[in-house]
Amino acid sequence: MIAFHNVSKSYNGQVVLDDVNFKISPGEFVSIVGRSGAGKSTIIKLLIGEEKPVKGRVVFGTHEVNKLGPKELPSLRHQIGIVFQDFKLLPTKTAYENVAFALEVEGRPQPEIEELVPQMLDLVGLADKQNNFPHELSGGMKQRVAIARAMVHRPSVVIADEPTGNLDYHNAQDIINLLLKINELGTTLVLATHNKDIINTVHKRVITLDNGKVIKDDPNGHYII
Amino acid sequence: MATTLFRILKFGFQNFSRNALLSVATVAVMVLALLVFNGLVIFGTIAQSATASLQDKIDISVYFKSNVAEDNILKLEKSLESFTEVKAVDYVSQDKALDIFKDNHRDDPTITQALEELQANPLLASLNIKAQNPSQYSTIAEYLKDPSLLNVIENVTYGQNKVAIDRLARIIDTAKNVGTAVTIFLALVAVLVTFNTVRLVIYSNREEIGIMRLVGAANKFINGPYIVSGILYGAFAGVLSLAFSAPIIAWASPYVSSFIPELNLTAYLFSNLPQLIIYQLAFGVVLGGVSAAVAVRRYLKL
Repeated sequence: MIAFHNVSKSYNGQVVLDDVNFKISPGEFVSIVGRSGAGKSTIIKLLIGEEKPVKGRVVFGTHEVNKLGPKELPSLRHQIGIVFQDFKLLPTKTAYENVAFALEVEGRPQPEIEELVPQMLDLVGLADKQNNFPHELSGGMKQRVAIARAMVHRPSVVIADEPTGNLDYHNAQDIINLLLKINELGTTLVLATHNKDIINTVHKRVITLDNGKVIKDDPNGHYII
Repeated sequence: MATTLFRILKFGFQNFSRNALLSVATVAVMVLALLVFNGLVIFGTIAQSATASLQDKIDISVYFKSNVAEDNILKLEKSLESFTEVKAVDYVSQDKALDIFKDNHRDDPTITQALEELQANPLLASLNIKAQNPSQYSTIAEYLKDPSLLNVIENVTYGQNKVAIDRLARIIDTAKNVGTAVTIFLALVAVLVTFNTVRLVIYSNREEIGIMRLVGAANKFINGPYIVSGILYGAFAGVLSLAFSAPIIAWASPYVSSFIPELNLTAYLFSNLPQLIIYQLAFGVVLGGVSAAVAVRRYLKL
């Protein structure tokens, strides 16, 4: 489903990913771990086509992501749900509208949107907050809205880049449990994080990066750095 | 397609209404730019009326010797009328000249009495010639110096008024050139101010644009709503600037009329209202829309 073949990336001559190889199968929960600057976010940026590698191939399903032009990227991103550390919610849209936006840009019909969005907000426990704007929500709530937005269009893969980075311990655990639930329902999950406690409680596959290289790929991993 | 268009419009209206403070500030700047634009249109109208009124006051008069037959004068009138430089020729006979003179001095008993004592008409027949353009008087005056006309013409006023006519011609030409230059300059300032303001609005939304791209929004979903907002800024600014201009014009109209009696600004405003509304909206809408489209392109490339 997802494959990195000999992928390298550098910024201004400084290597951030060096000959990275791995494959992710459908339905897997994979954590990509490493210190800050190890290359976790770069892997995610390459996967969603936000950056291009200097060498190698990034494959997502039938797409060779490194060869996609700006006009083909939206159709790739419609198959992916992305959750960010800083939530990246649209500040002038309500929780409902933020979630609906992911469906609207796909051209889904209005009745379908009106059915799916409340269901998804209910699933993340925010049924009563759908008319609130992001600035009226707590950090944990914002991240739930972001997860609802990432999930509402039923993507085959959800990518979460440090989703608990801005949250306290309890909220972080809630979010991870939510991501595990999403994975149990069959969605492939890629989690980039440097949170040791989370990795050690999840007991899923862990790809460890250090200085842009994959130093360990453990099917039942622990945080080793 | 209809759903997409509807959603783009909806997002555009949401951008406009939910960024109320930013929208008000942008519209305010655009209103100022449009007021400059209005000022240019009015300035152009005043300048045009002023120069036309000035041009209308310039003419040259050809006085004929008292023994010249009316037929000869009318023949010359005909030939002058055939000149492309000549706008109008007005024949004033000796009798008519006397009537005008009497009328002008009817309150002056000394002159009325003097005329009665004279018993003959001392005034000469004349042709008043108006040129299409003040700079063409010299050509007409040159023609009147023709040797064949020497024995019929008593006097041509161009010689006496040459300096004044030339100066007026120069003033009118300069006023037109300066007017054009000032119009272009101020229009450019208005365009740049508006463009920059809309660009700042888009700049303040650059993170949102990035988020939309990450969520998988195609370019039309990103730039469409900003263009709609830009058009709304322009439309609101157009209506408001006209609403502000109208009372200012009505207030200034009597003052302008005291300088240029032919010009009634209030009447001009009402008779040209549909065009003015179209100009305002076109200026605002095109400028707002184009500025947004150009500004948002930059962030779509990221």
